[in-house]
Amino acid sequence: MSTDKHKQEIFNQTSVLKPGDPAPDFALRSTPDQLVSLREFHGAPVILAFYPADWSPVCGDQMALYNELLPEFRRLNAALIGISVDGIWCHLAFAKDRKLRFPLLADFEPKGAVARAYGAYRQQDGVSERALFVIDAEGTIRWSYVSPVGVNPGADGILAALEALPSKQEVPA
Amino acid sequence: MTRRAEAKLTVPVGERDHIQGPTEAPVTLVEYGDYECPYCGQAYFVVKELQRLLGNRLRFVFRNFPLTTVHPYAQHAAEAAEAAGAQGKFWEMHDHLFEHQQELDDKHLKKYAAQLGLDLSRFNRDMSEHRYAARIREDLLSGVRCGVNGTPTFCINGVRYDGAPDLDSMVAAIKEAVASV
Repeated sequence: MSTDKHKQEIFNQTSVLKPGDPAPDFALRSTPDQLVSLREFHGAPVILAFYPADWSPVCGDQMALYNELLPEFRRLNAALIGISVDGIWCHLAFAKDRKLRFPLLADFEPKGAVARAYGAYRQQDGVSERALFVIDAEGTIRWSYVSPVGVNPGADGILAALEALPSKQEVPA
Repeated sequence: MTRRAEAKLTVPVGERDHIQGPTEAPVTLVEYGDYECPYCGQAYFVVKELQRLLGNRLRFVFRNFPLTTVHPYAQHAAEAAEAAGAQGKFWEMHDHLFEHQQELDDKHLKKYAAQLGLDLSRFNRDMSEHRYAARIREDLLSGVRCGVNGTPTFCINGVRYDGAPDLDSMVAAIKEAVASV
């Protein structure tokens, strides 16, 4: 990596994407043979939950809570995606252990590229921030929040952001 | 990035709640808890001690927050406590569950119902119909709205308590809450 590029990336990590910014597209693996791209979700809101690592206690609680709230997210027509730099095999084992019913994407190679694109990469730790993004049906970020790494941000902010979307289409639970 | 304000209890304590202690108590402590959560199991004894120390100055409220994907027995345990509550024995079951956290499967829940002298045909019917599942879900969602992110989460006089759930820290927080009134 050139020094300039390196500097650029360190600079990038401090600028978390904000409401009004277009959500950068991506295509990451959820299983060995399945790629998930943001584009696939066009037409409905998406919740992106970046988290530092599978298995760490806070992540586990956070993902368990979101798993519990899938019916609420569905009622608001929104899809939930978890992203970390862990590889797919790690994700599969974690999802199976915690019985998670939403995709975990591997931001694994090049490491953290998607987190960097969202300004949610922790260069010094080599993992993503604990960052949440609510993206509307047109692919624009409507809400973002970065939690201290050790703090589970809960879901109240996500629900409030989804409910504030102008063109929300509620479907029966 | 959006900052979050101090988290407040969104659903005020009311008639639907399970309450111990007088309405006019200067301190209201609300717990969002999960019967299978080991940290709630520890907090159970802290709450008992707080109740002993504060007596009639404390009103305690328990709301359900079962994280069923990590705690497979939590949902039925919560339903069992509600079913016992329908027969006037919520707190007896609540206490019993926290004192037997390692044995929360359906067979044990039935055994506890029998030990508490509940009408078993009614209890079994309530359990098989999941009669109180919707109420438990309401509790959980009310917690999510005020930023409950795991268990146990406490609110002291309507404000979320983010400190450690040990006796000294909670006594200090309660003193502060009362002093600020």
